[in-house]
Amino acid sequence: MAVITPAEKTATETRQQRPRRSRRRPLVLNAVALAAGVGLWAVVAALGLVEDLPSPTAVAQKAGTMISDGTLASDTWASLRRVFIGYALGVVVAVPVGFLMGWYPMARALIEPYIQFFRTIPPLALIPLAVVLLGIGEVPKIAVIFLASFMACVVSSFQGVIDVDKTLINAARVLGAPDRTIFAKVVVPASTPFILVGMRIGLGASWATVVAAELIGAQEGLGYRMQKASTWFEMDTIFVSLITIGVLGLVMDRLLLLAERRLTGWQERR
Amino acid sequence: MNSKISFRDVVKTFPLKGATFTALGGVSLDIADQEFVTVVGPSGCGKSTLMSMAAGLQEPDSGSVLVDGTPVSGPGPDRGVIFQQYALFPWLTVRQNVEFGLKLASVPAAERRRRAEQAIALVSLSEFADALPKTLSGGMKQRCAIARAYAVDPQVLLMDEPFGALDALARVQLQDQLLQTWSQEKRTVLFITHDVDEAVYLASRVVVMAARPGRIHRVIDVDLPYPRTEEIRLSTEFRRIRNEVWTSVYHQEAPARSA
Repeated sequence: MAVITPAEKTATETRQQRPRRSRRRPLVLNAVALAAGVGLWAVVAALGLVEDLPSPTAVAQKAGTMISDGTLASDTWASLRRVFIGYALGVVVAVPVGFLMGWYPMARALIEPYIQFFRTIPPLALIPLAVVLLGIGEVPKIAVIFLASFMACVVSSFQGVIDVDKTLINAARVLGAPDRTIFAKVVVPASTPFILVGMRIGLGASWATVVAAELIGAQEGLGYRMQKASTWFEMDTIFVSLITIGVLGLVMDRLLLLAERRLTGWQERR
Repeated sequence: MNSKISFRDVVKTFPLKGATFTALGGVSLDIADQEFVTVVGPSGCGKSTLMSMAAGLQEPDSGSVLVDGTPVSGPGPDRGVIFQQYALFPWLTVRQNVEFGLKLASVPAAERRRRAEQAIALVSLSEFADALPKTLSGGMKQRCAIARAYAVDPQVLLMDEPFGALDALARVQLQDQLLQTWSQEKRTVLFITHDVDEAVYLASRVVVMAARPGRIHRVIDVDLPYPRTEEIRLSTEFRRIRNEVWTSVYHQEAPARSA
């Protein structure tokens, strides 16, 4: 966590403004912090300060075997597949629903009570219900992930439509734009930044949810691997899974951030 | 009478904290073709409401707003509107912003490009045709907005305090540029402002409004020749008219109680 935060900050706040040279320094500091963290871990493990804490080298060796025997790849693939299906479905449904709610007051009045209600329930709390209703196959896991990403995304796209600058709509209207053109050419682009923020939050929520969903009744996946390893007391396996989850989560977030910058570079930042 | 824009006994009220706020209490005004009219008055006098009704963004409660003798029934590309907040589409470049209205009018691509380029040149923004609005200064943004309005070749330009957010220097430059643009491509202009100097410098007629209820207080003719120059801006005649407008804006007698 401590390693991610400063990088996040420099990425969003100082990009483009500072010259290149000073952008490199945080990266160096990030690397130093990472190395120090691993070093501290090695020392703590070597001194045996925490019972059963595997050393970095043991975890690295375990990672090596898990990579070579294919379990890491198949677990990662199983988890990613669930996330991508659930997340993609969530976004694809959430964006039009959010637009509908923002554009038509009637749709908003009909849908909003449900959104507000389900928003207060953590998706994880629905896992037991999903298992009862949908069994223990892929469906309940994907359903819960769908819900997690849908909730994060629907609210932000709805908010995006609501927050579209009225004068932009008027500017299009006085140039002769009919409603559907205003929607496609003004409302959609103007709310893109909001939607992308929702998509990022949704991806984080989906990733967090998949791991938890796999703790209950799965045959493969990173969460399942950890669950199984803990019953056999394989600490190094747990660490490999944890680190993989963290790294993949970070990579996905960065990819979306990159897309966000590409798509919303026109924004004025104050 | 062949007026381009006419307001006939226009009344507009808004609900305000349970009471009714009379933004316009029976306003009549005629603006001739190719005339440059400025409207100045204290806040709450309904000057922006007046413009917004000519634009078709609001409807009068009673009375009528006519453009070319036809009642206004909504916004349309025959009337270009320039807003104080520029209202450029931030995700489009200057050129794409200017082409926006032309696309809506289904102007073919080649013709569209030619007309956009012409409009951009008219406001001296050719160098920045492919820049995004965020890289432009306030004055440049407003010039781009003017180009966007001009590109669709409207008969009427409605400007709602367009230079209100600019610094004094940029404002003067844009006033000169607007007049230059207008002299090249004559349009009927209804220009709302709260700046007395600006109102006198630009217009051939200044409409002074009063508030509560919003109404026309006085109409003052500006008998100064076009093109307006710095010399005119500094002349005694300009100062005389300016003082007259100033007095009628800032020293309005209290509204009649009966209203």
